[in-house]
Amino acid sequence: MTAEPTPTPATPGAVADAQGDVLRVEHISKRFGAVRALHDVNLHLGKGEVLGLLGDNGAGKSTLIKIICGFQPPTSGKLLLEGQEVSFRSVDQARAAGIDTVYQDLALINELTVYHNMFLNRERTRFTLLSNRSMRRTAREQLDRIGVSLPSVESEVAQLSGGQRQAIAVARAVTSNAKVLLLDEPLAAMGAKEGAMILELIKDLKKQGQVSIIVIMHNYGQALEVCDRINLLQHGEITFDKLVKDTSVQELNDIVIEEYRRALEERQRQEGQQSA
Amino acid sequence: MSEITERTPQAVLPPEGGPARGRPSPLGGVLGVLARQREVTVFVVAVALLLYFGIRYNSTFVSQTNLSNLLSETAAPIIVIAIGEVLLLICGEIDLSVGFVFTFAPFLMHYLIDFYGVPAWPAIIISLLFGVLVGWVNGFLTVTMGLPSFITTLGTGFILLGLTLTTSHAYPANIPASTVGIGRWIGAAPWSQFIIAVILTAVFYVVLNRTKWGLYTVATGGNQLGAREAGIRTGRIKYGNFMITSTLGALVGLQTAWYTNTIDPSAGGFQPMFYAVTAAVIGGTAMLGGQGTILGAFLGGIVLATLLNGLNVAGISANPLNIVLGAAILFAMIINVRLARLRAAGRK
Repeated sequence: MTAEPTPTPATPGAVADAQGDVLRVEHISKRFGAVRALHDVNLHLGKGEVLGLLGDNGAGKSTLIKIICGFQPPTSGKLLLEGQEVSFRSVDQARAAGIDTVYQDLALINELTVYHNMFLNRERTRFTLLSNRSMRRTAREQLDRIGVSLPSVESEVAQLSGGQRQAIAVARAVTSNAKVLLLDEPLAAMGAKEGAMILELIKDLKKQGQVSIIVIMHNYGQALEVCDRINLLQHGEITFDKLVKDTSVQELNDIVIEEYRRALEERQRQEGQQSA
Repeated sequence: MSEITERTPQAVLPPEGGPARGRPSPLGGVLGVLARQREVTVFVVAVALLLYFGIRYNSTFVSQTNLSNLLSETAAPIIVIAIGEVLLLICGEIDLSVGFVFTFAPFLMHYLIDFYGVPAWPAIIISLLFGVLVGWVNGFLTVTMGLPSFITTLGTGFILLGLTLTTSHAYPANIPASTVGIGRWIGAAPWSQFIIAVILTAVFYVVLNRTKWGLYTVATGGNQLGAREAGIRTGRIKYGNFMITSTLGALVGLQTAWYTNTIDPSAGGFQPMFYAVTAAVIGGTAMLGGQGTILGAFLGGIVLATLLNGLNVAGISANPLNIVLGAAILFAMIINVRLARLRAAGRK
């Protein structure tokens, strides 16, 4: 690692806002009592774009995702989906509008089969009875189409590996005709092989161009590999917005090292005040 | 809990590794069937018990009266309440109060008809709706107020018991004459309770296995947070299953009153509920949420009733009977846990 001190250009919106963004987040703030989780966040997502959302633990990434997907409302600010202002009162509403989420904890039900999980909460029925055969067939087709290989769609999800489970969760979101897909740390707690499978899946989706993706990641190398653009969230604010081709692991690392250095100084100053 | 243990050992298997695991040995095949179709084990046990008592105590056990006693009087109430408990156990809750709805419902019918002049059918329907109300209250306290259902239903159970004893002065009452005709169909005729239990088993088997409601019940108990994130209203599912259970309790209370031809404040109580939970456990419903079977509860009810009835016919007194029952519950649970482990092992 060469110590090349790149100055951090903390200029939000460094990339010109394209017309026809699928999703725009405008001046979103979120408070939990006295805690300021998000402050005046602006973010945009182009059609077919993969946007990497990076940031320290507690920087507000998950809060932002939860607001976009309708799990909780913002304190202020607005969301625009394909130019229309939207406000979701539930995950259901957001999903109906085309925003779907793959959570860190996957939201898969171990005790149900792969195909029931893929159709969870949008099951096909005939005369109120589940059309299992039809769901099985479609699940198989959809997994094949996006290139996820599984021995059987009738296995219980509990029988699958971490990567397979993640793939099913992603497949579930993609096949619900989502316009915007939110992936919350899809590679967390995953081995290299499995992680590669998910990265491959995201790349394939990008190639197909049907869905726009916001993905939370921790590994800069992986983020730069699959994303088109990177946003960095620090203390509830977006402080960095660059196309992948204009940045590097080095630059991102330096920003974070700088953040650590400041946090350390802050701590030392506080301790100094206390002892004084 | 099971989730953590499932996930932490990240078995990094490429997807191609799958088919190799799916080739079972003959023994593994049998175990696999037993593990997947838990009902098979209970079915074998039920048949074996019926055969044993049938051959050993041929003349008394196989009589029309005794079989209708066994299936209608003993098994049916256990089965019907067990259906509700299975749904609740699957979504991670339990109802201890159902036996007290059983006690109060026929009294309510009696009060409505004999004190307020309500006609028979409306009085019966209101008594069943009372079950819906109790279920709603259980749901409210558990889901909305956040109490553990064990405590909620313990509390509502005692309240119902007090209500019954206070209003009836702890005296039995006579069946209102206007309901006797209806009561024959629903509860008093020798086979009616059992037939209704079979119908309810079939209906709720379909509900659990072939409808969204059943799927969401499993999802709620298996991974409540996940289910909620998928947009499932898990609270509503729990409310509903509490309401189903209490209503079934009210139905069984009415049936038992007609069958025994008296409204008895000492009928019901904790015992039918414990028998029902026992039947559910014997049938293969784990108490951990996310898993359970209606058919298993039905068969578990038959096994339990056969034991109760058969040991009685064999002249064994009620006291050692409890030892057998307790052992049967433990044995069934050990098998459940073992099979679950076998299943888990079969995956890796």
